[in-house]
Amino acid sequence: MSKINARTPEGPLAQKWTNYKDHQKLVNPSNKRKLDVIIIGTGLAGASAAASLGEMGFNVKNFCIQDSPRRAHSIAAQGGINAAKNYPNDGDSVFRLFYDTIKGGDYRSREANVHRLAEVSNSIIDQCVAQGVPFAREYGGLLDNRSFGGAQVSRTFYAKGQTGQQLLLGAYQALMRQVNLGTVTMYTRTELVEIVLVDGKARGIISRDLVTGELQRHFGHAVVLATGGYGNTFFLSTNAMGSNGSALIKAYQKGAMFANPCMAQIHPTCIPVHGESQSKLTLMSESLRNDGRIWVPKKKEDAEAIRSGKLKATQIAEENRDYYLERRYPAFGNLVPRDVASRAAKERCDAGFGVGATGLAVYLDFKSSIDRLGQKTIEDRYGNLFQMYEKIVDENPYETPMMIYPAMHYTMGGIWVDYELQTTIPGLFAAGEANFSDHGANRLGASALMQGLADGYFVLPYTLQNYLADEIHTKRMTTNEPEFVDAEKAVKERFAQLMGIKGKRSVDSLHKELGLVMWDFVGMGRNKKGLEDAIKKIAAIKKEFWTNVRIPGDQSGMNVELEKASRLADFIEIGDLMARDALNREESCGGHFREEYQTPEGEALRQDDKFAYVSCWEYKGEQQEPELHKEELIYETVKMVQRNYK
Amino acid sequence: MEKIINLTLKVWRQNGSKAKGRFETYKVNNVSTDSSFLEMMDMLNEQLVSEDKVPVAFDHDCREGICGTCSLYINGRPHGPDDDVTTCQLHMRKFTDGQTITIEPWRSTAFPVIYDLMVDRRAFDKIISAGGYVSVNTGGVPDANAIPIAKADADESMDSASCIGCGACVAACKNGSAMLFVSAKVSQLAMLPQGRIEASRRAKAMVAKMDELGFGNCTNTGACEVECPKNISLSNIARLNREFLYAKFQD
Ligand SMILES: Cc1cc2nc3c(=O)[nH]c(=O)nc-3n(C[C@H](O)[C@H](O)[C@H](O)COP(=O)(O)OP(=O)(O)OC[C@H]3O[C@@H](n4cnc5c(N)ncnc54)[C@H](O)[C@@H]3O)c2cc1C
Ligand code: SF4
Ligand code: FES
Repeated sequence: MSKINARTPEGPLAQKWTNYKDHQKLVNPSNKRKLDVIIIGTGLAGASAAASLGEMGFNVKNFCIQDSPRRAHSIAAQGGINAAKNYPNDGDSVFRLFYDTIKGGDYRSREANVHRLAEVSNSIIDQCVAQGVPFAREYGGLLDNRSFGGAQVSRTFYAKGQTGQQLLLGAYQALMRQVNLGTVTMYTRTELVEIVLVDGKARGIISRDLVTGELQRHFGHAVVLATGGYGNTFFLSTNAMGSNGSALIKAYQKGAMFANPCMAQIHPTCIPVHGESQSKLTLMSESLRNDGRIWVPKKKEDAEAIRSGKLKATQIAEENRDYYLERRYPAFGNLVPRDVASRAAKERCDAGFGVGATGLAVYLDFKSSIDRLGQKTIEDRYGNLFQMYEKIVDENPYETPMMIYPAMHYTMGGIWVDYELQTTIPGLFAAGEANFSDHGANRLGASALMQGLADGYFVLPYTLQNYLADEIHTKRMTTNEPEFVDAEKAVKERFAQLMGIKGKRSVDSLHKELGLVMWDFVGMGRNKKGLEDAIKKIAAIKKEFWTNVRIPGDQSGMNVELEKASRLADFIEIGDLMARDALNREESCGGHFREEYQTPEGEALRQDDKFAYVSCWEYKGEQQEPELHKEELIYETVKMVQRNYK
Repeated sequence: MEKIINLTLKVWRQNGSKAKGRFETYKVNNVSTDSSFLEMMDMLNEQLVSEDKVPVAFDHDCREGICGTCSLYINGRPHGPDDDVTTCQLHMRKFTDGQTITIEPWRSTAFPVIYDLMVDRRAFDKIISAGGYVSVNTGGVPDANAIPIAKADADESMDSASCIGCGACVAACKNGSAMLFVSAKVSQLAMLPQGRIEASRRAKAMVAKMDELGFGNCTNTGACEVECPKNISLSNIARLNREFLYAKFQD
């Protein structure tokens, strides 16, 4: 067997997790205090893990780059979180949630992990309610649910359009309670800049204090990366400005495998780009597709008139509108999964039917829902999203349809982990969006929040403990060991090298250049030639960066440009990996659409006989090509079929 | 309609927490009124980098009004001249061609300036740490539907829970009081059965921590409510006062 072993427990699918928990090793209370756990990140995954492990009695150090753990990117999630509660009595079950997630992921995820996710989903809702998360309720006082793409049941719990905020505040408050009790030490405005291995095991990190510029060494018996996704490789994305992939690249360069880097999700409903100075893209929650209908003009001349400002959306008669999702996918209509909806929008716009000044937009129209349910109901459901839209675009979406276009949103790929969420480096774990584990080639809406909290509240507390049980004899190391000293020295040299370039190009200008290459060649439609070109272009950007970037100021003290430069250097590495992986995967599946592989109707065409595996990339050194390893995906319960949302 | 405007900026620069700060004046031209305020700041920084000068440091992250990181005091108002928005949601259509814009950090004893326009708001975390939670551990909790909660209570709790912890209320208050922030958390949890049990204890602990950290007293000027980007209502303060009095009464 190769270096890749998922270590999935024995037994029937539905019993694996129970069996695991029944047999995992435990650590007694007095030993827990002697074990240090470093957790990087305070998003849903990091905060829930830090709080839970602190409660259990481990000695936790928790890091984030923001000024407060409450500001992690998870705070921005809008629409909701899935669980298999079946409160609406519409036929949901753990198995169905499992099945929908596998199917939504286009059969490229690991059955055992996904089943565990569905199993623990219900406990997440219980936990959050106990913490005081104010989920939406019905008049009878019970919890309300809404539908999301890729499912025919209503299983999404929500708190207005601010679900991520409320879930994160719940986890943050649990975390701050542990800080108060002294089990967790919080390091804010502190960035992980290197992972330290001792005898092949993860034993600590080097961090940089973003205010003083000082480098610090931290020891841990285990290290958890919960640093989120790498969507900002595209420069423009729905991610927060500080979201980055650097911790993943550090892990990768130390020997952890990077899994499915090309699996990225382009979200169909974002506010279109307004111009050159655009710094990020704003998501309009997918939940809007519950009540909004997507359309473009049926006639090209109408689309042209709209683009030149001669015609308004509201002037197009009903019979001249093409509700293309309802037309192409009558069974799921506007609620098809994200990858399908995004490609359909691109198809219409490429064919000349796009609206907005640029022609890169489609309408999301609430008129029929407002007529049916009244403005008040729509306002209750989406009030804050409508307000957000109006502030940005300066148009009232209660009166004129919203304009939306796909944008880079989420990365299914990430650091490879086994069933225990452990990477190929012993003692190094990855959780939340940072790992690759549960979403295969496409993530269903409202499933990232579920996964982040599942990993942090209900998986790591067991699996990390199982690892730490064998570490009780490992004494706390001083950070004067040569491994720490050398790691810090290497970091110092890297920063000095960056500062020493003293070129002409700003970090942002290079990042925008990278983003365009990614969007054009590694975005919604990919092909062999484009990907080969992209790899060359990314190499050229890398060279330009390392010879011509300009970082004013110096290394000591606060230096925002230096932070950005260091992250961009890592985004360039990720961009290269994404393109390579996309080139290797000669099939279309989920968010990965290779134009050469499609059905006559333009749907994704998988090649199960050749690509039913997770691609795991191993770092071989600077200037060397990474080596591909494969984790074969064996489906024991679900039969692989072509996804059908018609 | 999109317009292109030219601006003069007076920006607070401060090279570290101990350094003395000063205003610097910059010109930024060709700004689209469709840009956000922070995109205009990006343009300024791009310009400074091209002149090999150190860009202006300011806090921001989500750029969609939810993380509470952005925190600029623009022309004398926290989060600037638009209502119900954070700095990152402010758009340049609120400004006119040729205008001079003054940009400062939050100014309040409990939020010391770290660098340029960035301040240290960790005091808010400390207040939450003192009691802004329901004391439950992971696992072993009842089914989510075991305790029905009236929709009106859940909705009102949600309104209080919308606070993003930005600190504009403190920056707007002449006393530098954190009452709106504290009361929003106290109210959110007090309105739900799960949080009700510890309500008095929580109110007392959070207020004590707030006082200890150098926030001022609340004299009911209402400036906080006006500047709060999330419409957190003064009625939360009334509720906090009730909980607080009740706690005192119990002692
Ligand atoms: C606009 C938007 C809306 C969304 N809506 C939904 C939704 O409705 N439902 C859903 O299920 N999902 C949604 N998602 C996806 C979901 O929000 C994310 O996938 C999820 O929150 C990621 O959580 P996380 O804990 O893995 O990471 P994050 O929340 O991204 O947290 C990362 C943490 O790591 C820290 N960090 C990063 N790098 C370093 C470093 N080098 N050193 C130290 N710390 C570091 C950061 O400070 C932060 O604390 C949405 C995403 C976006 C962008
Ligand atoms: S109460 Fe309003 S102004 Fe104060 S921190 Fe909360 S959101 Fe910001
Ligand atoms: S940057 Fe997040 S609220 Fe403004």
